[in-house]
Amino acid sequence: MANVLVNAPKTAKKGDTIEIKALIMHPMETGFRPGTNGRIIPRNIVEDFTVTWNGREIFRMRMSPAIAANPFVSFFTVASESGTVVLRWSGDEGFVAEHRVAIAVT
Amino acid sequence: MQRRVFLAGAAVTLLPFAAEATPEALADAIREVTGGASLRAGKVTLDIPPIVENGNTVPMSVSVESPMTADDHVKAIHVFNEKNPQPHVFNAWLSPASGKAVVGTRIKLADTQKIVAIAETSRGEFWSASAEVIITIAACIEDVT
Repeated sequence: MANVLVNAPKTAKKGDTIEIKALIMHPMETGFRPGTNGRIIPRNIVEDFTVTWNGREIFRMRMSPAIAANPFVSFFTVASESGTVVLRWSGDEGFVAEHRVAIAVT
Repeated sequence: MQRRVFLAGAAVTLLPFAAEATPEALADAIREVTGGASLRAGKVTLDIPPIVENGNTVPMSVSVESPMTADDHVKAIHVFNEKNPQPHVFNAWLSPASGKAVVGTRIKLADTQKIVAIAETSRGEFWSASAEVIITIAACIEDVT
């Protein structure tokens, strides 16, 4: 499992707009660079980043090789109900990582 | 006239295959998203430093003015570049549940170039903003040593 760092508030008032920041360790190899042997290093990137709140999709992003290594994403969402936010990254070479955050909405 | 036609043809065939996205590729990529709808300047703020030392990680954020209600919200934010090997940077999909149409990330830039951000609204409008970024150390080009 890849190293993941997620910054989200533990509690929020109902109706508040909260920011979620997510960072994941990943080389994001572009597939355009030659390696030490002169051959192109095959592409290996995170392509899809999907976030759901209690199963409902709140944010989705499709990345390209132009996203920097260790992709960082920040976005906003409205706190509607207490529950679990699931962040899921998937990409080349069968890469999948998932992280869960519990947010209590009052 | 004959000679001119020949020279023009020769110039085209002699051009090396570009190892970078061209302004045409950028325009094509944008057309794929807009479906030919016209872009309007405004509403979008593209926040990116104008001069960057290292193109390997360039922080950027896109924010769009929008009430984010069910009948008027930003559906998607698309970001493109002009001179990386590919014109795509990212596509992000939002909904009224986003509350605020703001997305931040870090990108790679291979050269001094133009970045274009496009916001697609639920009313079918496309708003855009662009920024020029000067890069002193490029990403992707150097060998891995």
